[in-house]
Amino acid sequence: MNTQSNAMPNAPLEAQAVTNAAVAATRPLYWSIRRELWENRSLYIAPLTIASLFLVGFLISTIQQMPKMRATLVDPAQQRAAIHMPYDVAAFVLLLTAFFTGAFYCLDALYGERRDRSVLFWKSLPVSDLTAVLAKACIPLAVLPLFAFVVILATQFVIFLLSTAFALGNGFSAVALWAQLPLWKMWISLLCAIVASALWYAPIYGWLLLVSSFVRRGVFLSAVLPPFAIGVVEKIAFNTHYFADMMTFRLTGWYSQAFAPLAPGAASPADPLAQLTLGRFLSRPELWIGLAITVIFLALAVQLRRSREPI
Amino acid sequence: MTVIEAHGLRKTFGKTIALDGVDLRVEEGRILGLIGLNGAGKTTALNTILGLTQYQGELKVLGRNPWTERKQLMRDVCFIADVAVLPRWMRVSQALDYVAGVHPRFDCAKAEGFLAKTTIRRESKVRELSKGMVAQLHLALVMAIDAKLLVLDEPTLGLDILYRKQFYDSLLNDYYDRNRTIIVTTHQVEDVQHILTDLMFINRGRIVLSCSMEEYESRYQEVMVHPEQIGAARALKPLYERQALGRNIFLFDGVDHQQLAALGDARTPSIADLFIAVVGNHSGETQGAAR
Repeated sequence: MNTQSNAMPNAPLEAQAVTNAAVAATRPLYWSIRRELWENRSLYIAPLTIASLFLVGFLISTIQQMPKMRATLVDPAQQRAAIHMPYDVAAFVLLLTAFFTGAFYCLDALYGERRDRSVLFWKSLPVSDLTAVLAKACIPLAVLPLFAFVVILATQFVIFLLSTAFALGNGFSAVALWAQLPLWKMWISLLCAIVASALWYAPIYGWLLLVSSFVRRGVFLSAVLPPFAIGVVEKIAFNTHYFADMMTFRLTGWYSQAFAPLAPGAASPADPLAQLTLGRFLSRPELWIGLAITVIFLALAVQLRRSREPI
Repeated sequence: MTVIEAHGLRKTFGKTIALDGVDLRVEEGRILGLIGLNGAGKTTALNTILGLTQYQGELKVLGRNPWTERKQLMRDVCFIADVAVLPRWMRVSQALDYVAGVHPRFDCAKAEGFLAKTTIRRESKVRELSKGMVAQLHLALVMAIDAKLLVLDEPTLGLDILYRKQFYDSLLNDYYDRNRTIIVTTHQVEDVQHILTDLMFINRGRIVLSCSMEEYESRYQEVMVHPEQIGAARALKPLYERQALGRNIFLFDGVDHQQLAALGDARTPSIADLFIAVVGNHSGETQGAAR
């Protein structure tokens, strides 16, 4: 570093020092995230597998249903719903996959390294517990959503190509099909959904990381039983279900708040962005309380990683 | 420069006392062997030095508080805690990349140089390596870090004699340069006897013996006493007396060497023998008394 600084003229020296400091601060985080990806290949294998399976299923069902569709879909709204369905289902299935992948990743993230004693190696390097836990939290909160977004985009694009090919092969107008698919708007809407769900689920990931940082065995049960028990006790003691409702809202709330509900049986609107209600989502106190709780959970996980010994 | 300085270091786990007021001072450039039975407090002592556990009392490592300044400390301190703690899924090349990425003082070329002397391939995963090779890899990583203090906690446990010998040979030849400080704990004391500059016995959370190896050689003598001299030997108040092959062997502390030579064959005792003499009598109480 010294030789580098000496070679530089004096003026940018300070700027360079600042850059160096910034690089020095983020390098351990960057490498910690990379090593999480090396270790947990399921993080990208799972979404890719599900996406491929979905495409195979889509291909088969389209081949089977194409002749029927020609006969039945005369109503434009119905037609639009039929065209949109595979895009929405693909997005939904892959978001769900990302959620489960992230949840199981979190459960093992701080537990596995204690179980195989590799934590003794990680701790022998100048990476703070804060950096290590943040890197692990970044996986479900940033890396997986981003990856899910890319995979969904790719999947939807393949669906787009396949359905265009089928439309042409069966005498439909490709232009009419494309007119039903405002891809850019769909993708903006998708991006909002992914960001909203990641933020909304943050306390869940935080809780799983926290459990993973202190239990000695039975991570899954330790994570799932306490909330379940609270719900059951509340039901028996007071015959109410506030806690259960809270948990349900935590699982589904991002969708019901960030997107306007559709009337039963109604098709999705022609403009996907019309359904977005980001203002409502951002003004939900549950969102901000959830994020505050996430910070508390992660701070506790950092403390526990510091003091816990290998199992 | 003092690398480690501890006064009244205490650590308890519930009711068990793991460290019971340890005073410790390690100067730069020393190779200290910390010898103790299982549960004597060795690992706890090292963990406090490495900032892995909280403690009571005063402790400074390279002038820092290891618990509160752990991250900064780990730039200058390196450790191998236990054998084969390298993550099993990692590839050798990934281990090199990762350490190079997070450690500002890691010299990747140096590590590759060490690895070139072994049969470890860069694309192998740690799980595919033998236990001895994992130890070699870990040592290569650690030796390529320009650290001031290296702590080795049972780094060769369960390795065969060839790997053990190689391990300590490369440590001494390729790493140690008289400015670096090394602390090592091991049960295979015969492996390290010739490389240590200082020796410390720990028992039930206390330091029961602490001396430099020069002092060790001048103070301690083991004499295989001629049968007719046994009375005279006992009169010199030996530290310990044992029988081997029908001969009586006495261990003396601080008795004039010429006086001892008259009693029989005198030599420097092995660390293991001295350890038994100093600690062995209480071993029954020690086991399980602390962790």
